[in-house]
Amino acid sequence: MTATQHEPGRTGRDSDAPASTKPRRRWGRPTLYTSYGQEMALLNTRAKQLGVLAIIAVAAYLPLTLEDDLLALLGTGLVLAIGAIGLNLLIGYAGQVSLGHAFFVGVGAYTAAVLAGDPDGRYLGFGVSEAPVWIVAAGVVAALFGVVVAPLATRLRGLYLAVVTLGLVFIGQYFFAEWREMSGGPGIGRESAVPVVLGNDLTRDGAYTEEQKLFWLFLVVLVIMALLGRNIARSRIGRAFAAVRDRDIAAGVMGVELGRYKLIAFTISSFFAGVCGSLLYAASGQFSPEQFGLLLSVQFIAMVLIGGVATISGSIMGALLISMLPRLSSELPGFLPFVSSSPTDHPNVFEVEVGLYGALIVAFLLFEPRGLFGIWLRIRTYWKSFPFSY
Amino acid sequence: MTELLTAVSIGAGNGSVYALLALGFVIIYKAMSVISFAQPAFMLSGAVLVSHLSPRMGFVAAVVVGTIAIAVVALVVERVAVRPMVGKAVFVIAIITIGIDIVVRVVAGAFVGVDPRTIGDPWGLDVTTIGGVQVQHRHIAAFVVTGLVVALLFAFFRFTRMGLAMRATALDQEAAMAQGVDVGRVFAVSWALAGALAAIAGVFASAGNPIDQNLWIIALTALPVIILGGLDSLGGAVLGGLVIGIVQAVVSTYHSTWFPFLDTNSGAIVPYILMLLVLLVRPQGLFGTKEVERV
Repeated sequence: MTATQHEPGRTGRDSDAPASTKPRRRWGRPTLYTSYGQEMALLNTRAKQLGVLAIIAVAAYLPLTLEDDLLALLGTGLVLAIGAIGLNLLIGYAGQVSLGHAFFVGVGAYTAAVLAGDPDGRYLGFGVSEAPVWIVAAGVVAALFGVVVAPLATRLRGLYLAVVTLGLVFIGQYFFAEWREMSGGPGIGRESAVPVVLGNDLTRDGAYTEEQKLFWLFLVVLVIMALLGRNIARSRIGRAFAAVRDRDIAAGVMGVELGRYKLIAFTISSFFAGVCGSLLYAASGQFSPEQFGLLLSVQFIAMVLIGGVATISGSIMGALLISMLPRLSSELPGFLPFVSSSPTDHPNVFEVEVGLYGALIVAFLLFEPRGLFGIWLRIRTYWKSFPFSY
Repeated sequence: MTELLTAVSIGAGNGSVYALLALGFVIIYKAMSVISFAQPAFMLSGAVLVSHLSPRMGFVAAVVVGTIAIAVVALVVERVAVRPMVGKAVFVIAIITIGIDIVVRVVAGAFVGVDPRTIGDPWGLDVTTIGGVQVQHRHIAAFVVTGLVVALLFAFFRFTRMGLAMRATALDQEAAMAQGVDVGRVFAVSWALAGALAAIAGVFASAGNPIDQNLWIIALTALPVIILGGLDSLGGAVLGGLVIGIVQAVVSTYHSTWFPFLDTNSGAIVPYILMLLVLLVRPQGLFGTKEVERV
C-alpha cells in the first residue's frame, strides 16, 4: 500500500485547484465560492473568515464586561462544548451512537486531578501542575480507554452499541467510586486539577479575577479543539466517517476499513471527552464519582442534537445553551408563579431544569432536526434571498 | 446451600421484574425496531400511580387501574411524540424516547413526595420457610404473576387476530401492510402493552419498600437482559431476566467472599458485565436472530 493508493480524493481537483489560480472574490456576493479548493477549505468565504474572527474577538472581550457568575456559567459551556464536539464527531459524523461519553469525561477528569494533585495530599497525586501537560495527558488517557472499548463497537451496530456504552457508564461509575484513593469515594469526591499556566495559578485573583482568567483559558483550548475537530471532519478521516455513517456496507465496499475508522472515531471522541473532563471542574474545584452518570451522557447528547448533528459550530451553540439552562430555569419563578424555587415543593426549578433537557430534545427532533445550526441556516437563507421567501 | 437457595429465590423475584420490563422493550423493538428508553419512566409512574390509588380502592383494583392508566399514557406518548417520527433513523427515535423518559420521570417524580410512600401491597417483607429456605412472599408473588402475564401474552400473540398482526408486522412491515394489517395500530398496541408491563414491573419492584425516585434505575437493568436474550426474542427476554436476576442476587450474596478487595457490592454492575461477556461471544444475544446484511 503506497500513500497515493490511500488518498484517492487528493489526486485531481484537490491539489491543482487552489494554489495557482486564486479564487475570485466578488464584492456583493460574500458567500459565493467557485472552486473545489474553497469548498473544502476551513473557512471558505471572506464573510465566514471575518465572522469567525469577530466571534472570537467578542468572546475574548466578554470577560471584561460580564458579571463573574455569568462568566463562570459561560466558561463551563465552553468546556462542555469541547466534549460536545467530540461526541458530535462520533455520533454526527461517524454515526456511532454512544451513551458512554460521561465515562470518558470522568477518565479525563480523574487523570488530570491525579496528575496535578498534591503528592502529599489526602488523595493520589503526582504534582504535575502545568495545565497544558495534564490537559493533553487527560485526553491521551481517555483516548486509550476509547481504544480499549472500540473493539466492542466494531462488532456491534446501532442500538446494541448504545446499550453497551450505557453499561460502560455504570461500570465506570462503580470503579470511580470504588477506587477511593483516587476519587475520594462517593458523596465526598476530591479536589480537581488546578490550572497553572507557565507558573501562574489561574484560580488566584490577581489583576484579573479567577473567572476571567479561566474563561480565557477555556476559550483558547476550545478554539484549538474546535479547529482540530473541524479539520478532522473535512479531511479524509471525516469523509470516511460520513461514508460509514450513511451506509456502512457501501463504505466497506468502497474500501473504507470499517473497523479501523470506528476505532479512530472512538479514540478521537474520547480524546475530546478527556480534555473536556480535565477542565470541567476547574471552576468548582471539587468533583465526585456521581457526576459521571447517565445524566451527563444525556446532556452531551442533548447538546449535539440541540446544536446540530454533524456540525462543529452547532455543538458549541448546543453546549452553551445547555449550560445556560440552570440559569434560565432559575429565572422561571419570576415569570411562572407556579414554579417554586424551593427543592421541597413541586414543581420546582430543579425538576423544570431536568425536564427541559428532555422537552428540548423531543421538541428539536420533532420540529427542527438540524438543531440550532438549522435555525441559523434558515435565518441565513432568509436574508440571502431576502425579498423572495423561498 | 441455604444461603445459595435464598439468593436464588431473591434472584427469581427480581428476575421476574426484569423479565416483565424486558418483554416491554422486546415488544416495542419487534414492532418498530427501536429500543424505547421510555420504559423506566413508565415503570416509575406506574409504581407512583398505584401508591396513590391503593389507599382509596384497595391494592388489586389499584394495580389494575394503574396498569390500564399507564398503558393509556404510553398510547398518548406514542401518538404525540413517536408516530410523527416513523421512518426516521432508529437512533433518532431512540433519542426521542430518552427525552420522553426524562420528562415523564420528572413529572412522576414530583408525585413521590417527601414522606415515604408505599404501594400498599399485602406482602410487605413476610417470609415463608420452604425446606429450610426463607422465601419472601413478594418474590413468590412477582414470580407467579410474571408467569401468568407471560402465559397470557404468549397466548395473545398465538391465538388472537391482533397478535397475528403483530407477529406479521415484526416479520416484515411492508408485507404485513400489503395483507391489510393496520401497522399504526400495531405500533399503538405495542406501546400500550409495553407501558402496562412496565407498570406491573414497577409495582413488584417497589413491593415491600418505600418508593424512591431512583426506582427507574432498576428498569435500565432490563437493557442488559434484552441484549443477553436477544433483542427480538420474547422467550429470550423472560429467560434472560431470570438468569440476570439470579446471577445478580448470587453475586450480591457472596460478594464479600469472592471479591474481598472491593468495598461496594458489585451486584449493581453484574448485569452489565454479563452483557459484555455474552456480546463478545454472541453479538446477537443468546436467542436473537442473527442480523443478515443485504446490499
